[in-house]
Amino acid sequence: MKKILALMLVAMLALTLVACGEKTPAETTAPADDGAGEETAQNLTFKLGGTGPLTGGAAIYGLAVKNAAEIAVEEINAMDGVHFELQYQDDAHDAEKAVNAYNALKDWGMQISMGSVTSTPCVATAAETYADRIFAITPSGSSTAVLEGNDNQFQMCFTDPNQGSASAQYIHDKGLASKVAVIWKNDDVYSKGIYDTFMAAAPGLGLEIVSDTTFQDGNDTNFSVQIADAQSKGAELVFLPMYYTPASLIFAQAKAVGYEPKWFGVDGMYGILTLEGFDTSLAEGVILLTPFNADSEDARTQAFVAKYQEKFGEIPNQFAADAYDCVYAYKQALEDSGCTADMSREEICAKMIEQFTTMTFDGLTGDGMTWDATGAVTKSPKGMVIQNGAYVGLD
Amino acid sequence: MSLLDSIINGISLGSIYAIIALGYTMVYGIAKMLNFAHGDVIMVGAYVCFFAATRFGLNPLVSVLIAMVVCTLLGITIEKLAYAPLRSAPSLAVLITAIGVSYFLQNLALLLWSPNPKVFPNFFKKIADDGSELTGINLFGGSLRISYVTLVTILVCVVIMVALTVFINNGKLGKAMRACSEDKDTARLMGINVNTTISVTFAIGSGLAAIAGVLLCSAYPTLVPTTGSMPGIKAFTAAVFGGIGSVPGALLGGLTLGVIEILAKAYISTQLSDAVVFAVLIIVLLVKPSGLLGRKINEKV
Amino acid sequence: MKKLGISKASQKAFTTYGVVIAAFAVMQIVGATGNMSSMLKGMLVPICAYVVMAVSLNLTVGVLGELSLGHAGFMSVGAFMGVTAASALRDSGLSAGLRLAIAMVVGALFAGIVGFLVGIPVLRLNGDYLAIVTLAFGEIIKSIFNNMYLGFDKKGFHISLLTDKVSAGLGEGGKLIIGGPMGIGGIQKIATFTAGFILIMICLVVIFNLVNSRAGRAIMAIRDNRIAAESVGIPVTKYKMMAFVTSAAMAGSAGALFALNFSTIVANKFDFNTSILVLVFVVLGGLGNMLGSIIAATALVILPEVLRQFRDYRMLVYAIVLILVMLIRNNPAIKNFTGRFRTGKKGGAEK
Repeated sequence: MKKILALMLVAMLALTLVACGEKTPAETTAPADDGAGEETAQNLTFKLGGTGPLTGGAAIYGLAVKNAAEIAVEEINAMDGVHFELQYQDDAHDAEKAVNAYNALKDWGMQISMGSVTSTPCVATAAETYADRIFAITPSGSSTAVLEGNDNQFQMCFTDPNQGSASAQYIHDKGLASKVAVIWKNDDVYSKGIYDTFMAAAPGLGLEIVSDTTFQDGNDTNFSVQIADAQSKGAELVFLPMYYTPASLIFAQAKAVGYEPKWFGVDGMYGILTLEGFDTSLAEGVILLTPFNADSEDARTQAFVAKYQEKFGEIPNQFAADAYDCVYAYKQALEDSGCTADMSREEICAKMIEQFTTMTFDGLTGDGMTWDATGAVTKSPKGMVIQNGAYVGLD
Repeated sequence: MSLLDSIINGISLGSIYAIIALGYTMVYGIAKMLNFAHGDVIMVGAYVCFFAATRFGLNPLVSVLIAMVVCTLLGITIEKLAYAPLRSAPSLAVLITAIGVSYFLQNLALLLWSPNPKVFPNFFKKIADDGSELTGINLFGGSLRISYVTLVTILVCVVIMVALTVFINNGKLGKAMRACSEDKDTARLMGINVNTTISVTFAIGSGLAAIAGVLLCSAYPTLVPTTGSMPGIKAFTAAVFGGIGSVPGALLGGLTLGVIEILAKAYISTQLSDAVVFAVLIIVLLVKPSGLLGRKINEKV
Repeated sequence: MKKLGISKASQKAFTTYGVVIAAFAVMQIVGATGNMSSMLKGMLVPICAYVVMAVSLNLTVGVLGELSLGHAGFMSVGAFMGVTAASALRDSGLSAGLRLAIAMVVGALFAGIVGFLVGIPVLRLNGDYLAIVTLAFGEIIKSIFNNMYLGFDKKGFHISLLTDKVSAGLGEGGKLIIGGPMGIGGIQKIATFTAGFILIMICLVVIFNLVNSRAGRAIMAIRDNRIAAESVGIPVTKYKMMAFVTSAAMAGSAGALFALNFSTIVANKFDFNTSILVLVFVVLGGLGNMLGSIIAATALVILPEVLRQFRDYRMLVYAIVLILVMLIRNNPAIKNFTGRFRTGKKGGAEK
């Protein structure tokens, strides 16, 4: 019995090792045209890779990024100039698997990277891209730790601390409230990053934090205690640095106990209105900061939203918009710097660092974006308020 | 938040744990296996009910019935394909297979229904005279609120428990179940079809899972492919807490766990509430090593 | 083999050593000739860590016969404490190899201590109740690391729970090492495949010597019949504790090795699912069968990566493979078939 088993396992192992050596034919979006301008087209097709959670609890973010990047690549490959071959690998929101996924991409021959979708995996892959000198720009890995200790990892989204202090400033400037409650997710890098800077900025702006409660993974359905704490301590505004899924539960449970404060969210709140089956009246009056609005009048945004909806049957969220911008930023940077696909990764990386720190980029998530040497983007979040089931600009 | 509020919230949370724990405890009592896929059957039940009610616009009761039928069939299929061939295998082998089934269901749900959360409709509300929606009742002049979902959950939980107890203690099938749980070989010698009995147990457990899924998602209305996993683990803990294999134990364990969790959040720390819950569990098991209502197993020498 | 006068037990041990050494040699040759893919190269250290996790859990589950669902908790202790030690020694001038060794020893030590403390209540229980308590401890450990802040400066270590009081109190040149839910970032990656190989060998030597010693026979006697063992005067608690603490300490060193291979580590990585994953390695490889654990751990760590070609269906295929392997392994027909060749060898481990 044991021998058979051992044999079987050894066979499986041998098979896996062999397969490891082979090139993995995974999801690639090859350029549409092969014929036109052979010489130049060949030289300008770059292998672009990224990792993200395509399975597991965080899959919603990874899939949004992958889908939007595919749309951008398709559009760009139909144009003249730089073309991309895109490959996304699953990291299941885990640092270990992200490094494996990154290595799979490296074996495939990735030249430029879109980092990882979520923060913790992105910190892990940033160390790898730094060691291998592959340039990376993450659409959504927003923690500052992503940028630390490297010169070639950039961000398309603004960093978390940026959002925390901006939120406190916003609440103060608009005179929204003086007594504030915070509910945050204390095992999440994203939530914790925003919380820390919000708390640091709040006292200086005359905001009194009357209630400070948390939740965790697997403990994120019953918010009765957190809501009751905020209510009993008379908070006029509740700050929610979190994604919209738990927020939707908080709104429903607060309404059930008749608590109606002002709600203030960050960019993770964006997307709550398109939750299937969500009663949008629950989110009436919620204020949020977001760089992207799918209802915007902007022609490019509308074209993107229409295409995304047609292909994937959903309204894209800000993750998708950031990913779309990443690919276009690459197109602009590669074309302006005159990179060709036969250059080494080191050369491309050096040129990209130079290009990204000097160029200005207009995308769906903001106009006139620039990057500093650390890789952080400067763009300002827009204040939005939810009115009659739609996001309405505040300024 | 007053102590009474906390306790009511705890009971509301606990009654959901209890109803999931019933599924664990029944299967464990008879098949002596930890069915880790139970939480994911709950998720499937909730999805089926969600689609029946929203996409096809069916009556809530019909939707729940459809979910029950689907889950029962799913439970029987899983049992026949994955667990029945392992009847004579060590119990750990079945445990691992159950984990495989759990992965399978979660990833299948991810592919079929996408990771985007669905918001479960609230079946338990009524329209008041002035046209506004009522989702609960107020007691003591509005100082205490209990939602209909909580009331229904507790009621359903008690009804199921009573029904199960009656079913197990009376009737041929119930007797067969008890016999199987005592000693499978002897039961077989007495002319009981052990395989059928175990299949029936799975069918009942999975049917209950559908109800649990609907109640879980009515109380906490976001539905994603991983919805069932954490409540599943908590309910499993509750089942052990109450004494695994015991039907009243599941109810008691679930309610106790829910109340402790809410009290820990309210009075100790929202950050460490899970740690507190598990610490209490450890202490209880040290005092009563076979759970609150578990049967003391006499060791044969 | 019997002609040479080698006992069956040591024959088994030597086969296991041989396979591990051969695998190491093959990997080194493949690596040296430059034929190794980046993916495989990147997975070598994690595989070593998981192999150590699997053999150490096999000591608890297979040899001692107690189901543990919280093994990742000990890995977590080893990972956090090991990395803390390595970070604190970063500017000490010690070589990377030495710092890695110290980190693994520190990880093992702390995990061993936690194992002892956990063992006191846990080993009083039996069966599924024991299992659920180990699960509970795993969750508690995760919860604590998620809320722990630990910094280091010239004056030594500073620690606080729940809120970060450490950063503010750090002196000149001090740094925050464990940042609550952020875990540890900016880890210097000093783990190597060779170190992983040495760790596996040490663990195997310890386990085989333990199993084939007087203590090991006592432990297996307790597994097979506790009451009988007790009645012939075996101190049950002592031997149970011995196996449990050894197992925890090994998991701790595996944790340190694992964490020092990544630039960041968070407490949520070592959750219930990781404990279950390691348990799957053990059960698949066979209870009490160390070689089986090693092969199963390696195969199952590589499998999801190889399945990348199935794209979206990857994890679905993984689940199906897992179920099928369990079904085939326990198929009575296959058992009968192999049983014909192996009569009279009823493995006590698979009861």
